[in-house]
Parts: sequence; C-alpha cells; structure tokens
Amino acid sequence: MLLELKGVGQSYSTSTVLRDISFALKPGEIGCLLGPSGCGKTTVLRAIAGFETITSGEIILDGERISMPGITLPPEKRRIGMMFQDYALFPHLSVIANIDFGLHGQSRDKRKARVKELLQVVGLERSGHAFPHELSGGQQQRVALARALAPCPRLLLMDEPFSNLDAELRERLSLEVRDVLKQEGVTAIVVTHDQREAFAMSDVIGVMGEGKIQQWDTAYNLYHVPANRFIADFVGQGVLLSGKMIGTNQVEIELGILDGRIPNSQELCGIYDGCAVEVLLRPDDIVHDDTSLLLAQVEHKAFRGADILYTLRLAGGGRVLSIVPSHHNHAIGEKIGIRLEVDHVVVFAASIGNSMR
Amino acid sequence: MKQPPALAVSKPTKSGFAAGLPLPDGWICVITLITALTLIPVAVLVSSLFAPERDIWMHFVEYQLPQLLTNTFLLVLGVGLSVAVIGIALAWLTAVCDFPGRKQFSWALLLPLAIPAYVTAFVAIGLLDFTGPIQTFTREYWGPIKFPEIRSGGGVIAVMTLALYPYVYLVARNAFLTQGKHAIEVAQSLGFSPTIGFFRVALPMARPWIVGGVMLALMEVLADFGTVAAFNYDTFTTAMYKAWFSLFSLQAASQLASLLIMFVLIVVMAEQQTRTRVRYNQVGRHSVQNRIQLTGKRAWLATTFCSAILIFGFIVPVIQLLLWASEVVRQDLDERYFNFLAHSLMLGFLASLLVVMAALFLSYGVRHKTNWMLRMMVRIATIGYALPGAVLAVGIFIPVAWLDNKLVTAGWIHAPLLEGSLLVMLLAYLIRFLAVAHNPIDSQMHRITRSMDEAARSLGVTATQLIALVHVPMLRAGLITGAALVFVDVIKEMPITLMTRPFGWDTLAVRVFEMTSAGEWNRAALPAVALILAGLVPIFVLTKFRLK
Repeated sequence: MLLELKGVGQSYSTSTVLRDISFALKPGEIGCLLGPSGCGKTTVLRAIAGFETITSGEIILDGERISMPGITLPPEKRRIGMMFQDYALFPHLSVIANIDFGLHGQSRDKRKARVKELLQVVGLERSGHAFPHELSGGQQQRVALARALAPCPRLLLMDEPFSNLDAELRERLSLEVRDVLKQEGVTAIVVTHDQREAFAMSDVIGVMGEGKIQQWDTAYNLYHVPANRFIADFVGQGVLLSGKMIGTNQVEIELGILDGRIPNSQELCGIYDGCAVEVLLRPDDIVHDDTSLLLAQVEHKAFRGADILYTLRLAGGGRVLSIVPSHHNHAIGEKIGIRLEVDHVVVFAASIGNSMR
Repeated sequence: MKQPPALAVSKPTKSGFAAGLPLPDGWICVITLITALTLIPVAVLVSSLFAPERDIWMHFVEYQLPQLLTNTFLLVLGVGLSVAVIGIALAWLTAVCDFPGRKQFSWALLLPLAIPAYVTAFVAIGLLDFTGPIQTFTREYWGPIKFPEIRSGGGVIAVMTLALYPYVYLVARNAFLTQGKHAIEVAQSLGFSPTIGFFRVALPMARPWIVGGVMLALMEVLADFGTVAAFNYDTFTTAMYKAWFSLFSLQAASQLASLLIMFVLIVVMAEQQTRTRVRYNQVGRHSVQNRIQLTGKRAWLATTFCSAILIFGFIVPVIQLLLWASEVVRQDLDERYFNFLAHSLMLGFLASLLVVMAALFLSYGVRHKTNWMLRMMVRIATIGYALPGAVLAVGIFIPVAWLDNKLVTAGWIHAPLLEGSLLVMLLAYLIRFLAVAHNPIDSQMHRITRSMDEAARSLGVTATQLIALVHVPMLRAGLITGAALVFVDVIKEMPITLMTRPFGWDTLAVRVFEMTSAGEWNRAALPAVALILAGLVPIFVLTKFRLK
C-alpha cells in the first residue's frame, strides 16, 4: 500500500470535522473522495497534504508515518503534489517558470528537460512563455497539473480540479487527466462533488457524508449495491418503493415479486415474513416493453439525446423512473408498457417520507 | 515501519492552521502599537474638550468661533458643489461623449493633481491682486476698473475647486466608463432623450462613486492649511496655527482641533457609508464603443470648457511659476535651496520607508490571523488620512511634551529630547499617510491567495523562499506605488512639517509658506516648481503600474 489512513479523525472542542477515516491506495491507483459540500472531503485531502493537523489516527505514506496527533510532517517535506481548486498559479511567472517552480535543487539541464517533457504531456508546447492570465481555463488547469507533477511527487492530490470549467470541457478533461496520470504512473486522490467526474477518473471511490466515509468501493458497486440510503440518494438517480419481505430472498412490490440475494434481510426483519421495507429502483431497472401488460402513465419526460428519462406513475400511485431509447417517444399522459429487470435487489428499512430525487 | 527523520511538532490549533508563514506573537504587538499611535492624538484632543481653559475659550467662542464656523461652512458648501459640478461634467464629456481633443483631455485633466492647492493659491493671488500684472495692465490702459477681491471666500473656493476637482473627475469617469453608454441606451429605449437619461439614469447610478469623490475632496478642504493661510481666510487650521504660535496656547489649539475632528468624522462616516454601497452598485463592464458625437457649437463648447479648466488649473500656474522662478533662479538657487531640497527628499524617503513597512505589517497581520479585532485595529490605524495635519500636529505634540517632561523630572534626560525631533515628525506622517501606502499594498496582498502559499509549500519551498519567490515579486507594484505616493504626499505636506519640525529644519514646503506669507511670489515659485515635479511622479507611477 502506498497510502494508508487509519482511523483518522479531526475534532475541536466545539465540533467534529472528521471521524474514523480509513482507506488505502495501491501504487498507481486513482482514488476519489466524493461527497456533498461540507462533508469533510477537502479536509481529508488537506490533512494528507499536511496543511491540516489530525487529532486521532495516523496517515502513512510509503511506510512512513507522516501525520499523527500532535505531530505533522511539514507539507514541503512530504513530496506530495497538490492541485488546487483555483489552480493557484503564480501570476508573475510564465508557464515554464510555474512548472519549473518545484524543481529547485536540480541541475539546470535536468530542469529544462523535465519542463519540456511536461509541456508535451499536457499539450502546451506552444504556450510555454505565456503568462497564466493569457490562458483559457482549461489551459490553466493543465499548467496546474504539470506544475504539480513536475517534481515527481509520491502522491498527487487534486481538490475539485474541474469545478471552474464548463460541463463539456469538464468531462473531456477528466478523461484526459486520467490518461496523463496513468501514463506517468502517478498515485492520486481526487476530491469532487460531481459523480460523473468521479466515475470518469477514478479506480475506487469513497463517498463521504457527515465527516465519515460511507462506502469505499468501485463506481459499479456504489451505483448498484449502495451500502445505505445516503449512498443510494447521492449516487445516481432512483426511487424508493415500499414493499414487503416474503422470505429472506424475496420482496414484493407493486410491480411484482423481486428475487435476489438480499444480504441485509436478516438484519432488517429477522425471519419475520411480511415486514415492511423500501426497495431501490434505478431508472435502468425499469425497462420499456410495448408487449408488456404492466402499464404506467407518463407523468414527466426529459429528452436527453440518446435516451429519454420518463417519470412514470403506477396504477397504485407510486412513481418510478425509466430510461428509454430516444425513438420511443411517448406523450405525457400516455400509458406505456414496462417490465422489471432488477439485477441487484437493494432493500432498506421502511421510513416515513420515502421520496427520492 | 520506519520513523521519518524530521518531524516538526505542531500544536493543533482551532483553525487547523498549518499553512503559510507562522506569525510571531510580536506581530500583534506591533499592530497594536500602530493602532494606538492613531488613537492617542485623537483621544488627547477629544479629552481636551472636557477641560476647557476658560478665559481663552470664552474669548474664542465670543469673537472667533462664529467667524470660523461661517467660513468653514461656506468653504465646504462652495467647494463641495463646484467640484461636483465640474468633476461630473468633465467626466461625462470625456467618458461618454466625443469631441475634438477628448483623448488628450481625458488624461491631461488629471494634471492639476500635481500642483498643491497652496501653490495654485499664491499664483492666483500674485496674478490677480491689485498690484498683480493683470490689474496693473488694465489700470494703465483703461483706467481704474473695479475687480472683485481675490482674497475672499470666492477666491478660496475657486482655487480649491481647480485643485480638487480631479478627485471627483477620477471616480465619476470610472463610474461612467463602467456603465458605458448602456445606461443611456436603456433610458432611450424607454423613451427618454439622452439629456433626461443622464439625469434619470446615469447620474443616479454613479452617485455612490461621486459622493465618495466629493467626500475625499471635502476631507482635503477641512485639512487644508496652506491655501487658506495664503488667502488670510480664517478656518480652524489657521486658527490652530495662530493659537499655537501667536498665543502659545496649546490648550486653545487642541480645543479647536477637537472641534475640527467632529466635522471630519461626519465626512468620514458619509464617505464610508457610500463605500459600502458602491459594492452593490457595481455593474458589468461595458466598453464605450459608440460615443455620443458632439458636433458644431456643442463640440466647441465642450472643447472650450475642458481647455479652460486645464488652462486655469494647470497651464497658467505652471507658466507663471516658471516665469517667476526664472527671475530669482540666479540669486536663490544656492546652497540654502539645496538644503531645503535635501531636507524634503530625506523626509520623504524616511517617511515612505517607515510607512510602507508599517503598512506591510498590517497587511500581513490581517492575511494570517483573520479575526474581527485585528481587522478593526487596521481600520482604526488607517483612518489617519482623514485627520487634518494641523490637528495631528497638536494631538501628537501634547503627549510627546508630557512624556519629555516626565523623563526630565525623573532625571533620565536633561533637556526635552523628543519635542521637535525628526522622530515625532515621522510618527505624525506615519499616522497621516498610512492609508495611502496600505491601500495599494493590501490590494496586491489580496491577489496572493492562501492556495498559492500552499502550492509553493507542496512544491517543497521553505518559508523564506516563499517570500522571496512569490510574495516579493507579487507585492512589488503595490510597494512601489505606496512608497511613491507617500513620498510625494510628505514632500507637499505643510502643517505637520511647519508645526513639528526641528528648529531651523526647513523644507521646500516650509519655504513656500514663508515666502507666500511675505508676499514674495517669485521666491516662492522656485521651491514650488520642485514640488510640482515631484507631484508628477505618482501620476506617472499610477499609469505605469496600473493596479488591478
């Protein structure tokens, strides 16, 4: 393991910012901390960088304990690169001088070669003598990446790296940056509140909420097997329909009976049949099928290009979402046939107010 | 697991602060000291209100106070109105309209800023007096004509307006440029003529800026000593000077000073009120692309108006000064003159060094420990720009004399040490001009974000390297601008220099005052030319290092 966080916490007399943060990254892996604003994800990043002190646990980099309560290795001694949300480029230095900034103590030729190499990696060979304010947002972002990578950091931290860019550029750049990181073999942690960015960039994602890591997993599992309501709500779209447990591996909802492995059924209901639960239905769990006898009425539709996201009203009053290929164009009020195709049955304890976005 | 070789022990702090530079505890002490320096003179003066020296005070209330109040009121009203009208008119013409010479006028109209008002004052008196060239000329050719008296309220107001309108011009022009023609076009699309649009839309939108500019001009009016002294127009500042040097009553001087502080406070509060509003009124930047083209008679009127202001505010005074100076250059450009010059330069240099250092201290302090106490202290410390020099001189002299007295009584020193020393003078400059240096330095400091510090440190740079590689280059423009502005302000400064200088320590400004008092205009002209040359420096610096 290159980086290990063991039970890291940060609390002051008045409040607790982080509690029991534990995760580990292998060399070359790109991890991501995903969560709503104020969940503490940036604090974790800054604690790893050495800008924040921690009050419990420890942070270990490459077998070296760099943070523990009362002891913090200063950031300049950690060899951890950081990319800031506002890029923090030095406005008085050219692109070349910015990238060169962290290469002090090396021979002139080495520095020149490294800067040249990085300009190539980020595709800014022709802008080397420009000043930051002369560059576009995307170009500034690349300079910031090159500057952070220049001294070959043991770990690269990125704080909301794309939040200042528009949506289209954001998606393209996040893939580009991933390629650069993989090419350079850099281990990295990205902090973001944008799940698409997280999915595009990282190998493994930790979803944070209320100062804790709620689930540390792959994007696939976060979406399909969320550990709790918070994850189910935060990652992806979906609705919760109320249902009834019948046996340990079956649950009945308005649309029929779902079979599948339900690992938390014991914990929720014991062996009691018919206990009330809520079932997570993602838009891809509901498939449009003209031959199906199960009908639902179109309540809203959002045309999204390749597909249409329908909000459907069931006969019993419940609502579900469904993604349908875009040439199945139905009018609002129309009744269309649907079919269940649930690969992962996700069940939570019943609660009042089960509406999800 | 191996232990890292060098672990720095740091205490977890409430803000979790581990980045940037550590701020030594002594830092706060220095900032507190600077703040106290501003507060002490004010406190001393205000407290003197409650311990009046009866006889002299009653004398003042009975014979002088009504006159002083009327004079001050008329001056504030007259200058306030006329700088507003002239400043707004010039700003509108150069920002939104187009007429022959507009481009040149838009910067040339700032030139009067380089001439201290007291210099314009003695030029005007010298030219328009009964014995001056104009009246003498007309008398010889057309016989006696009744001229209005130049040494009058109207004369002072005219001279001060010519010297101070750039304050309003500068801000109003900025406001109109930001609005662009946009505002007028909106008005036109709603069916108003451009003229009505100006009064209904453009002017109200620019009002916060304009009021701010007028208030700055009024602070200068209340602080002015040299101009009113040249005109023998009694205001609080001249009365304080007389109380001190003719009546030798420090008490009377300080009471007058405390009254003046009241007026100043009103103006300061009005100015700060508008400043908070300016933030909300900021509109997007529209470049003025198609200006209102003035043609025919209206274009001529615009060009004539701008020319007239420039001629009377800058060209005539400068030519007259050069003529006068050339008359006396042979006899007066001697060792004594170079002595004045050396004193002025030395004062300006020492003061700008001191003030810039203090401003840096304040700026770094707020940057690293942002709490309301510290921000409050910085606000107080930089309010000195509103305190008239004469007030400050009195306010700082009283505690210094007291301290000297105590030291002598205690037997530590044999004669007063601080009184009339360069140190006291420099401290007074520090209080008065701290804001002048603090503003440009602080605005540059804001450009250095905390993440820049952190970026540098994550790239393996130590604190010292951080300052050398990032902070100094980024603050450079602010430091140079601040130092240049303070330098020039100190060289032009009159009342503090007159009232607190060491005995016999004469500067260019002191020389101008003495020769003006003696009515020897041509001999006052020679040092005045040097002052104007110095005054051109900030205009140059401001255009060179354009602050963002």
